[in-house]
Amino acid sequence: MATEPAIDIRGLRKSYGSLEAVRGIDLRVERGEVFSLLGPNGAGKTTTVEILEGHRSRSAGEVSVLGHDPGRNDPALKRQVGIVLQQTGVDLYLTVREVVEMIAGYYPAPRDVDEVIGLAGLTEQRDQRVKKLSGGQRRRVDLAVALAGDPELLFLDEPTTGFDPSARRQAWETVRGLTALGKTIFLTTHFMDEAQALADRLAIIADGVIVAAGTASELIGASSTTSRIRFRLPDGSRPPDDSGARADGAWWEIETDAPTRAVHDLTGWALESGTTLIDLEITRRSLEDVYLQLTADAEATE
Amino acid sequence: MNDVALALRQIRYENRAFWRNPPAAFFTFAFPLIFMVIFNVLFGEGASRFFTPAIIVFSVITATYTNLAIAVTIARDDGILKRVRGTPLPTWAYLAGRIGHAIIIGFLLVAIVAAFGALAFDVEVPWEAMPSVLLVLVVGAATFSALGLAIAGFIPNAEAAPAVVNAVILPALFISNVFIPIENAPDWVDTVSKLLPVRHFADAMLTLYTGGSAADFPWTDLGILAAWGLAGVVLAVRTFSWEPRR
Repeated sequence: MATEPAIDIRGLRKSYGSLEAVRGIDLRVERGEVFSLLGPNGAGKTTTVEILEGHRSRSAGEVSVLGHDPGRNDPALKRQVGIVLQQTGVDLYLTVREVVEMIAGYYPAPRDVDEVIGLAGLTEQRDQRVKKLSGGQRRRVDLAVALAGDPELLFLDEPTTGFDPSARRQAWETVRGLTALGKTIFLTTHFMDEAQALADRLAIIADGVIVAAGTASELIGASSTTSRIRFRLPDGSRPPDDSGARADGAWWEIETDAPTRAVHDLTGWALESGTTLIDLEITRRSLEDVYLQLTADAEATE
Repeated sequence: MNDVALALRQIRYENRAFWRNPPAAFFTFAFPLIFMVIFNVLFGEGASRFFTPAIIVFSVITATYTNLAIAVTIARDDGILKRVRGTPLPTWAYLAGRIGHAIIIGFLLVAIVAAFGALAFDVEVPWEAMPSVLLVLVVGAATFSALGLAIAGFIPNAEAAPAVVNAVILPALFISNVFIPIENAPDWVDTVSKLLPVRHFADAMLTLYTGGSAADFPWTDLGILAAWGLAGVVLAVRTFSWEPRR
């Protein structure tokens, strides 16, 4: 069925003793989509991912991954899924190539081993033992291993932690290459720029519930103030009271959902009064601002 | 690839990784020989007839129970087991790889100890009882592999593994006719040790090694040893964990 979603979660709950880590979430990830789940540590993010991966049982709710129940430890599902875990776990005394080859052998139709190593950016380290690799390179081994079986669905749990900036960009390119092949990717990350760069849709989880879901633009647009105007003023000057500007150290800041009008008013005042607006900048609210606000709200209502 | 082929392939990878850590490999093999020399020196002439089969038993227990329990706990803490769990490799094929490798190392050790006993101490290898010897070795290796996986389920973390594993096995080795002949021990020690698998493994091997073809096959010892193996399997299935304990 082409219309069947890659992941379908309904009313998922998970309790550890009296603590309810996941308190009823619904999510749907379409095939071929990059979906990103964001949330602070302890919000239920890892629990949710591990239930989808089959590493953890659920307390209640319906979960379908590629049409299978991940709680059943079904090899038919595992053949179609690749997982990048947060923690590395491969034999240190085998070479990169041996590790990828070993794991590729578990799958019925693996990708070419050298191609996978190339995709993960490890061609030069191919014949080195994992023990000799740096932390960032070992992380890339994780990615190579997850790609080895040519999975339909890839779980990436904080895949670029410990990468240098160029390695991160390279990993993003790899992910984009996979989506071009129609693969589905479920990404958790702490980097908002990563989520924004890669994800078609995102959801923010806080305190065990989904507090927002949609495209990055939708999430940013849905918050009440979408733009921020920042500037400094010469010593002794103050912006007009009706501008709504707030002091932030040496800077003044205006948050507004009508940036055109606010800039017009501000520059009008500056020209009229002969004041210079130093380092004037207008930025759209970022995903990070929205994230911080939503997760802080969830904490405040607890 | 079918599951059996996958299990055999897994043994090959385990084996390859093992030999790439030469210090660990060297001492795995040197350890029983060091014990054998020390015991022969301490207990004097004639002791080697006892200590050759005893150290064979010790070698199998070290290679399976001790090494397997520690290696599995480390693999669990490193996240290797969790990763395997996320792949379509059948659980049993992975564990068969681990166990198969441990048993190969154990049998290599047995051959080395037997050869060392024959060459250095003139202790004849009981060729005429070889089928029985091999049967006891196989049952012993399987039993102590199962017990190694079972105890791994009780070990909280990799740092604690050597301490826990040795605290369980060393006292058993001392009272079970392996490190010290049991004949002069108090009756109650004899009684207690007869409840343990180590004692029956040691007695069976000693009977066959010293008696040769004249020895009665030690069915009782083998039966009790196998019963412990089954108990180990049941316990391992119940306590085995694929993820680090926190």
